[in-house]
Amino acid sequence: MLTKIGTFTRTIHGNPFSPLTFFRYNSIVQLVDGTDTSIRRFLKQLPGVDQVGAESRAAMLATRSIKTTSKKWAIDCAISMIDLTTLEGSDTDGKVRALCTKAVHPDPTDPSVPSVGAICVYNDKVATARKHLDAIGGQSIPVAAVSTAFPSGRASLEVKKQDTLDALNNGATEIDMVIDRGAFLSGDLVKVFSEIVYIKELCADRAHLKVILETGELVTLDNVRRASHLAMAAGADFIKTSTGKISPAATAPVVLVMLEAVRDWYAMTGIRIGVKPAGGIRTTKDAIKQLVLVRETAGEEWLTPKLFRIGASALLNDLLMQRMKLRNGNYAGPNYVTLD
Amino acid sequence: MTFEYSPAPESTAIVDISPQYGLFINGKFVAAKGSKTFNTINPATEKVLSKIAYAQASDVDKAVAAARTAYTKVWSKMAPQERGKYLFRIARIIQERAREFAVLETMDNGKPIRETRDIDIPLAAAHFFYHAGWADKLKYAGAGDNPRPHGVVGQIIPWNFPLLMLAWKVAPALATGNTVVLKPAETTPLTALLFAEVCQQAGLPAGVVNIVTGDGATGSALVNHPDIDKIAFTGSTGVGKGIARAIAGTGKSATLELGGKGANIVFDDSPIDQTVEGIVSGIFFNQGHVCCAGSRLLVQENVHDELIEKLKHRISQIRVGDPLDKNTDLGAINSAAQLARIKEISSSGDAEGAHRWSPECSLPEKGFWYPPTIFTGVTQANRIAQEEIFGPVLSVLTFRTPQEAIDKANNTPYGLSAGVWSEKGSRILWAAKQLKAGVIWANTFNKFDPASPFGGYKESGWGREGGRHGLAAYLKGGEK
Repeated sequence: MLTKIGTFTRTIHGNPFSPLTFFRYNSIVQLVDGTDTSIRRFLKQLPGVDQVGAESRAAMLATRSIKTTSKKWAIDCAISMIDLTTLEGSDTDGKVRALCTKAVHPDPTDPSVPSVGAICVYNDKVATARKHLDAIGGQSIPVAAVSTAFPSGRASLEVKKQDTLDALNNGATEIDMVIDRGAFLSGDLVKVFSEIVYIKELCADRAHLKVILETGELVTLDNVRRASHLAMAAGADFIKTSTGKISPAATAPVVLVMLEAVRDWYAMTGIRIGVKPAGGIRTTKDAIKQLVLVRETAGEEWLTPKLFRIGASALLNDLLMQRMKLRNGNYAGPNYVTLD
Repeated sequence: MTFEYSPAPESTAIVDISPQYGLFINGKFVAAKGSKTFNTINPATEKVLSKIAYAQASDVDKAVAAARTAYTKVWSKMAPQERGKYLFRIARIIQERAREFAVLETMDNGKPIRETRDIDIPLAAAHFFYHAGWADKLKYAGAGDNPRPHGVVGQIIPWNFPLLMLAWKVAPALATGNTVVLKPAETTPLTALLFAEVCQQAGLPAGVVNIVTGDGATGSALVNHPDIDKIAFTGSTGVGKGIARAIAGTGKSATLELGGKGANIVFDDSPIDQTVEGIVSGIFFNQGHVCCAGSRLLVQENVHDELIEKLKHRISQIRVGDPLDKNTDLGAINSAAQLARIKEISSSGDAEGAHRWSPECSLPEKGFWYPPTIFTGVTQANRIAQEEIFGPVLSVLTFRTPQEAIDKANNTPYGLSAGVWSEKGSRILWAAKQLKAGVIWANTFNKFDPASPFGGYKESGWGREGGRHGLAAYLKGGEK
């Protein structure tokens, strides 16, 4: 039995709860008190997901045709939602500083291009990123750290906690943790749930918690729905599809099901949880399809970097090139955007 | 600013609509005997698209004679694999000219370009491909070991899927060695006339396909023509009954695809989000102008409120407007007459105490439009639960036990389609066994495939179209 979920229930996204919301939220939290029975009962009552139906809905939404002014809006919106990411063994301070520079002014020739949503790095690069962002006018851009033995999550709870604390102490204001997929698949839901609760307690009001489900390893859409609700009940501020290290990653049906989950959670609790697809979103077309999914599933309220992020690296330059094309009428090519 | 979709209209430059059309008889466009014509309009704008020749009995006579000659001299003598080659050629030309067909269909019918582009036209091509493959394998179609064509087939098709219904009729008829006189619907003749051009382009022998445009009287002349061997009709049950009476005792055989009042049954263990999608595609696909529409929603009472809330939320997302816009979900009602009928039956729902709901949506001023509508609190005794509305209007009823769902679903003179939504396989199989409907979809709705037979029980029709069963209907010496 866990100790009661602590301080985080009082604020989410910095907004204090209204009494009604507090009541509704607490009733869920009490429903899912951390015991195996309570988690099972909660997840069992969720409706199933029909794979064929979810795929066909996602495919239909992919046919939306976004042109002219709506495309222009969507490109800027997508840029502002990018968690600009580098998660390589070869990352250096130099690489991270370059990424930060790009994050603040994605297109040095055009100051009207918005900054990205956040920088996402391993925890030993958090300090470098924070310092450099602050030095170049990127104070408002948060630094996110992947945590809890990313990407596999195969480490002890103590190591995961230490990993997270490290990142927080280095200035991370967003933590991207991974769930223990092995535990989820073997039915040890208490382990999955409690790890999220512990990490959330560390984050408290210092950082937003994004919970990575690694949907490519959960495989079924039923699992995606259950894992989404499990993460939200345990205190996630965001649910995130993937680490980017496993394929498939942020497929449209998976994002659809996660958007349905946050929509349903909002209906139950009055709280909006964010969604972050990551991995495999490389082109403007892909990004716009994601925004269409958001608009027609969770609703327009989610079309803000506070509630929707796209984990990506190569995507940014494609968005910039498409933006130039809309502005100048011709396609400039990759040498007219900066490499990093 | 919010994420509003800018207009994304499909260009109409690809279609070349002639200001007037004659009849397609014996491989050529010819003038009708009389000077009478009728206009076909774009129901989304009420603009006249073209002037169409009106075929009277003497024109029908000419068309039947051409079909008879083509049958006896050419088509019945041709080696089956050669017939197959023509069908393959037609299928490929439809694919090549798919965009042109899609735009023209949307203009003439009012349905969204998304549907003509992604469903109507690709499926029409698929029907020709499927049947092309059968042309030289008819002995293996399960229609006996000496399958023979009927001869000249009279075909009358509706306005809801103009080219697709043409394909459902023409492809099996030609594959089995019959020749055809086809009458397209009065309000939607243009894609059939474009198909006539495709027949010319494919080099199809003259007279194998003849197309006569007109109204009910033209259809009646075709049905009553003494040299027609078989009638294939898709349309209303009323007209279908008339055809059955007219051909009684004449020796003509018939397939009739008629109306429906499809029950879409939602059990409390259904995958709810996909169920909502299925309900939407069941009733709002093609503005509900679908004989197999899931127009009666039967919901288990314990999930009714939750489901309706989700359904309303989803219906609010439906984009109603310019059918040529690639983002439109619900287009125009096909004609003023159909709009009047939808309004009339729907108002009976209000009068009989059902609760009407539509999302806020602005409808264009010109053209024929009806908002997506649901009625809750409907009972079996309401007209809107019994009569086919053939529009974007859903009647929601409830049930308490599985048996009650089946009883209510079957309690209709129709029996064309039904849907079952449940995550429990055994329940789906049990329900499918009990339901008296020609097509039963499980956890999906309004899916079509040329290999799958389609047709109804009771007043929904005679015979099947598609698959081996559909082929058998165009062959003698085999099973019915």
